[in-house]
Amino acid sequence: MDFLRPASWEEALAAKAEHPTAVPIAGGTDVMVEINFDHRRPAYLLDLNRIGDLAEWEVGERTVRLGASVPYTRIMENLRTELPGLALAAHTVASPQIRNRGGVGGNLGTASPAGDAHPPLLATGGAVEAESVRGVRMIPVDDFYVGVKRNALAPDELIRAVHLPKADGPQQFSKVGTRNAMVIAVCAFALALHPETRTVRTGIGSAAPTPVRARAAEEFLTAALADGGFWESGHPLPPSVARQFAQLAAGACNPIDDVRGSARYRRHAVGVMARRTLGWTWESYRGRAHGSQGGAQCA
Amino acid sequence: MSTPWPRASAPGRTPTGLTQGGRTGAGIGASTLRPDGTLKATGEFAYSSDMWHEDMLWGCTLRSTLAHAEIVSIDTSEALAQPGVRAVLTYDDLPTEVKHYGLEIRDTPVLAHGKVRHHGEPVALVAADHPESARRAAAKIKVEYAELPVVTDEASATAEGAPLVHEDRHDRHAHHVPHPNILHRQPVIRGDADAAAARADVIISGEYVFGMQDQAFLGPESGLAVPAEDGGVDLYIATQWLHSDLRQIAPVLGLPEEKVRMTLSGVGGAFGGREDLSMQIHACLLAQRTGRPVKIVYNRFESFFGHVHRHPAKLWYEHGATRDGKLTHLRCRIVLDGGAYASASPAVVGNAASLAAGPYVVDDVDIEALALYTNNPPCGAMRGFGAVQACFAYEAQMDRLAAALDLDPVEFRQRNAMEQGTIMPTGQPVDAPAPVAELLRRVKALPLPPERQWLAAGAGADVRALPGGLSNTTHGEGVVRGVGYAVGIKNVGFSEGFDDYSTARVRMEVVGGEAVATVHTAMAEVGQGGVTVHAQIARTELGVRQVTIQPADTRVGSAGSTSASRQTYMTGGAVKNTCEAVRERVLDIGRRKFGTYHPAWATAELLLEDGKVVTDGGEVLGELADVLEGESVDLELEFRHRPTEAFDLRTGQGNGHVQYSFAAHRAVVEVDTELGLVKVVELAVAQDVGKALNPLSVIGQIQGGSTQGLGMAVMEEILVDPVTAKVRNPSFTDYLIPTILDTPTMPVDVLELADDAAPYGLRGVGEAPTLSSTPAVLAAIRDATGLELTRTPVRPEHLTGT
Repeated sequence: MDFLRPASWEEALAAKAEHPTAVPIAGGTDVMVEINFDHRRPAYLLDLNRIGDLAEWEVGERTVRLGASVPYTRIMENLRTELPGLALAAHTVASPQIRNRGGVGGNLGTASPAGDAHPPLLATGGAVEAESVRGVRMIPVDDFYVGVKRNALAPDELIRAVHLPKADGPQQFSKVGTRNAMVIAVCAFALALHPETRTVRTGIGSAAPTPVRARAAEEFLTAALADGGFWESGHPLPPSVARQFAQLAAGACNPIDDVRGSARYRRHAVGVMARRTLGWTWESYRGRAHGSQGGAQCA
Repeated sequence: MSTPWPRASAPGRTPTGLTQGGRTGAGIGASTLRPDGTLKATGEFAYSSDMWHEDMLWGCTLRSTLAHAEIVSIDTSEALAQPGVRAVLTYDDLPTEVKHYGLEIRDTPVLAHGKVRHHGEPVALVAADHPESARRAAAKIKVEYAELPVVTDEASATAEGAPLVHEDRHDRHAHHVPHPNILHRQPVIRGDADAAAARADVIISGEYVFGMQDQAFLGPESGLAVPAEDGGVDLYIATQWLHSDLRQIAPVLGLPEEKVRMTLSGVGGAFGGREDLSMQIHACLLAQRTGRPVKIVYNRFESFFGHVHRHPAKLWYEHGATRDGKLTHLRCRIVLDGGAYASASPAVVGNAASLAAGPYVVDDVDIEALALYTNNPPCGAMRGFGAVQACFAYEAQMDRLAAALDLDPVEFRQRNAMEQGTIMPTGQPVDAPAPVAELLRRVKALPLPPERQWLAAGAGADVRALPGGLSNTTHGEGVVRGVGYAVGIKNVGFSEGFDDYSTARVRMEVVGGEAVATVHTAMAEVGQGGVTVHAQIARTELGVRQVTIQPADTRVGSAGSTSASRQTYMTGGAVKNTCEAVRERVLDIGRRKFGTYHPAWATAELLLEDGKVVTDGGEVLGELADVLEGESVDLELEFRHRPTEAFDLRTGQGNGHVQYSFAAHRAVVEVDTELGLVKVVELAVAQDVGKALNPLSVIGQIQGGSTQGLGMAVMEEILVDPVTAKVRNPSFTDYLIPTILDTPTMPVDVLELADDAAPYGLRGVGEAPTLSSTPAVLAAIRDATGLELTRTPVRPEHLTGT
């Protein structure tokens, strides 16, 4: 196995062009597990740790440009206001040691349906900045996940950053695991309210071959909020709306039975999380917009 | 002989061989600190996997990919041709006629012979210059298998025409079992269960299922074998019982036992999983073959195949009770899955059968326990050893009986609680304190943790106090509290007529003008704290401050196993016993030297205290340093607990056990009833320990055992595919053990009611808390949800009906 250590982003792109099978490694929290278990044996490892700006982020007027290697710990500490959904998800990634090393770029590169970052990325929307010696392209998050552990990157492309819209409304993330920390998601759900566009977006993890949005649930809720004038009135949502939203979210799942959970449970749990996160985000929206009691905060 | 040292990049010391100073007051009853504690907490401790030897090779094991298959052929030629490969061994290369090993029954081939009987069975070995080369070469060994049908449970194991896991049995259980796929069967019959059942006002029966738990010790199997010039081998190894290993290793190597010199290296946990051999013989064989030191370290994946697990069990229980809340009878049947090889299964059966009734008075019993041979992973010793599975079932029964009688579950248990003088179902009287009702009273009397603790901080919900924790699944929605109780009984020490002994060598001399002691035993320190306790005992008995604990090795007699909650009793007892003999010799020397100076030398009861010889009246007769000047006392003695008897094979009658240990738990849980997630918020425990030699260590044992039981209640299970008998989750990603965020507050109430037959009145403490923790958590979840929950561990699917 050859270990390539480019000193700059340009060198990294050149190396990836020369060795398209090279596996990029930054925090190593995913790649090293695979290598240690002998699950994969790449001919080349492409070490990105010398490229400092991958671990940096910029907060713009409307968006955050998040470097591919910004560790989850940094996201939790610094981007709670701009990216609340992703910050909540970052909290649930493995252990403190792993959160100090791992970043969103790795989650995207592996594209496992269980990656904790995917549901909030889908719920916020945004784009992946992919680059090769041929140039830069912005891949919408919605188009990024193309199959089980497969993404839309070309063989010579590397992920440089993710561009995410700053939150314009409450966001939530919920993840089921069978212990209270350090656990791979049995299933996960993210919800973002977008009051500016009067829309809602969702993301579901570990309950389909790829991370998916619950589009029918989004459309239903967007319509229900508009038709009922809820954005303006800030009235509590009728339980029937929450129920219907939960049912549609569960219906967006296409899960399997595996050692971590049954398909039936996953569908059920996604419905429960959809209903609860809707309750929390809506209460929070009402609190912010209309001065009523805010929703529960997370530690 | 050269000694292996930890490599320079991982400096560290093992706890043994350390001199422990301390106040003379740091005798028994003091919470002296562990000599290895700081090293372990700071990552400096050298475990068996950290050893290094110049010129050493790395060994690697090729394991079967199928659970049951004929080996048609093995082709090692390509593997042997790999660069850096020094040896490849299969069954055909074994050097002597002894090619099997086993704790009790030698049914386990050192390398698979003709067929494999479980997923992950060792088939071939490789030694190479680098661990990676060894692993690559092992992958190039071509094994052709012809798959055989698997037996995976009682029905398939005893079906007409079932394939036999072992075709030609000659072990001592073969003649009395009803089927060759039943390894051992032990009934316990006392009184007349049928007649007693007729007196019952309520009869409750149920089937219970106990999953396969793993010891999940953190230090994987590892060791280093160094060939010696005399043709022998020096083996540095993490194990639970050096001499038991030795007895099994030497004949396979064709060496007399004195040429296999074993030294304990740093052990990263055991819990029963190191009672059987893992890589010991393999490393020695490769060292013999290559003439070079060979190190083998399993990775986490291999570790799941490298040791036995806790027996999964199916248990059928029927109890009756009268309207006034007294048990009438017990009928039960406990089926343990022993997997492909015997390991400790026969003894586990004996425990399950003899302790099946729990800590209750039941005069009329009809009990049957058995272990199967199947193609599932082999199961053997794990903390609690047969008593754990039974406790899960009988405690579920107690709650159901109490409910049927409309009695408080603790009150019902107390009405039936055994006490000193109770006769066990085996006919053995309980002749030491058995404070079962009192332990229950104590956990029940504790105040309950406040309700809705997640709101305590104000503002919003603190998700850390809720099921799901930081995964943020609930802010209180769907959360219901439940409270549950359980109590258990565990035997201490080896039972059923086993000649259970330990050996201690103690030397006393003057060093630097001060009398000091050296203690040498073969006790495996696996984390239980024996090295601390031995120094405390020597200080108490010999009145010295400084005690050196020698490394555990086979130059001293056997200490027996670090299991069955026995080491403080047995090797602690051996150290005490030898110290007493050493003290007598020291006093003899004193009488010889100074007897004429003071009449009390001849007439008074003499003690060694604070470096002095004193009378029982407190008068100082002389300095120990003066007595021992120019002399030393050095004795090695064996120590035995009182003898036990085998259980009758038809009736289970017999004084089979040495001592019992009791613990009771109260679990308080919050259950997210919609998502099926559980947070145990408090796990209170009361345990009688007879005498706490080191109270801090005792509390550590109780909390650790309770946590291991909690893991079994809500997350820990090795999943075996019922069709292929292959393990589905051999990793810490999918075999979950509790993290600190899953570990609740654990108030511990320690009772000290002396057992007069035991050294200092102590009771083994390590296992009892593992028993009742699981059923207490289950009872609390049942209380919260109203569900029956007859299976452990509980999964979210069980709580949500999905």
